[in-house]
Amino acid sequence: MIELKYYLLISAALFSLGVFGVLTRRNAVNVLMGVELILNSANLNLVAFSRYSSSGIDGQMFAVFVIVVAAAEVAVALAIVLTLYRVLNTVNLDRADVLKR
Amino acid sequence: MNLGNLDSLTFFYPELILLGGILLVVISDIALKGLRNRVNPLLTLAALLLALFCTLQTDHGSAMTLFEGMLALDNFALFFKVFLLVAGILVLLGSLHSEELASVHRGEFHALLLAVTLGMLLMANSAHLVMLYLSLELVSLTSYIMVGYLRSDRLSNEASMKYILFGAVSTGAMLYGFSLLYGMTGSLDLFAIRDALLAQEVVGFNQVTLLLVVVLTTAGFGFKTAAVPFHFWCPDVYTGAPTPVTAFLSVAPKAAGFAILVRFFLSGLSQPAGEQWRFISGVDWPLVLIVVSVLTMTLGNIAALTQNNLKRMLAYSSIAHAGYILMGAVLLTGSGLKAMLVYLFVYLFMNLGAFFVVTVIFNSEKTFELQDYNGMFRRSPFLAIAMSIFLLSLIGIPPFAGFLGKLYIFGAVIDQGLYWFAVVGALNAAVAAFYYMRIMKHMILENDDRPPTPLRISTLNRALLILLLVPNIVLIVFWAPIDRWTANSITLFGGL
Repeated sequence: MIELKYYLLISAALFSLGVFGVLTRRNAVNVLMGVELILNSANLNLVAFSRYSSSGIDGQMFAVFVIVVAAAEVAVALAIVLTLYRVLNTVNLDRADVLKR
Repeated sequence: MNLGNLDSLTFFYPELILLGGILLVVISDIALKGLRNRVNPLLTLAALLLALFCTLQTDHGSAMTLFEGMLALDNFALFFKVFLLVAGILVLLGSLHSEELASVHRGEFHALLLAVTLGMLLMANSAHLVMLYLSLELVSLTSYIMVGYLRSDRLSNEASMKYILFGAVSTGAMLYGFSLLYGMTGSLDLFAIRDALLAQEVVGFNQVTLLLVVVLTTAGFGFKTAAVPFHFWCPDVYTGAPTPVTAFLSVAPKAAGFAILVRFFLSGLSQPAGEQWRFISGVDWPLVLIVVSVLTMTLGNIAALTQNNLKRMLAYSSIAHAGYILMGAVLLTGSGLKAMLVYLFVYLFMNLGAFFVVTVIFNSEKTFELQDYNGMFRRSPFLAIAMSIFLLSLIGIPPFAGFLGKLYIFGAVIDQGLYWFAVVGALNAAVAAFYYMRIMKHMILENDDRPPTPLRISTLNRALLILLLVPNIVLIVFWAPIDRWTANSITLFGGL
């Protein structure tokens, strides 16, 4: 059986990649993809811990909820990206700078 | 005592009423085309008032958990439920005669307001990591939409975009922290987490992991409470959002964030010991929060000094107030927690009041710039005096309610012997006085050459302003009931 630590390593890598994506990308949709990586790294952790411990399926249940909330979050975020695109004609975050004074 | 699913329903009326209210508002928005603009606010108000009534009637005896340990029902949760419902009612009344929201269809606004209030009530009593996450996301998702409610307005859209990106990342980080905590303890229930942490010795790798958990979860709670260094969204979002929404965000989700923070740290990561709590050894998380608190109030106050946009200035001021409120939470004593509750209670009236004056002035002047407030005293003495009282209260000048909050907080800090912490707080209050006074100076002393045209205020807005002024003035006299109520409200399930 694959050891727990490999799962944790992968999830840590996913988390770091997600944070990196969020910090470096200027396109709003790409930032949202980074957010998805962060959420999925937490999911991987939850499921792996749940599989390797004797605590039942609490972690897997949590992961299912996270997947649902992530879907809702992306729906709202994409709607906001769309309305922003209608006003600005771009989804580049550097152009959304009226509020920075 | 742990109640099962069906037995819990009798203690779940406020949430059920709000849920029913959301559905009714959505239906009436579709079905009653002609009447909906009159019916929807009334339905929303009725749902909030009924929920408030049910909350006040709740007699739960001793603290207990509902729904198989998912929610905790205790006096602490009840305090926040009352607080959040009152905030919801005041914001609803304040949004009715707001010119900013007049241009858009408001059906969803009422449903969203009810939904976000429902989420906050759940936040105040979650005792399980899943509930904590779900209620936090319910509040976040609905407030993202509320911030971006003015769809054709560039600022509103931009604010909403920034809000959702910051929010998604910080709640994602919080979730990663939760998953690590689950790995360490094998449980998602806060009380089981505490027991598991007490059973093992937190050293070596575990210590590092727990520190990581504390930092990552603080990111999530810090985002909700707008604490430094998770505050970057705050000035932009507060400036871009419709002013009633800004007023709401600066009070209600912030308070709910503090409720969830206290619940997580005091129920999960510390154990009750007599009159106070002891943090679980291994990670000195109160120190982390003290640093956050000092940074929050200092940075908030200093950044507010140079602002010329009133909404932006009040945004920074609300960051600074989050720092003061956090002071009470990190002391781990009953008196500290009580001070936090008193501060939150007076903060509700003074901050909502200040934002509400800004809304009223925007209604006729269409501006948030400080220069345009010149000569306001000659144009509407009532408005200028009201604003001055709210601002003096925010500073903490004695006859007004804000003084009570500052008194309790600094008293609790000095009780614990943290003199330097109290000194930092007092210095900050002095800095804050400068920019609050600056607003008053523009309104009262500086006049422009234009002839003073009287400012129109609708009757509803005038009544609401008086409603908000009264607590600011009389709370100092009726101090004893507040003292008793908050002293009662520090009982946490599985705590003191």
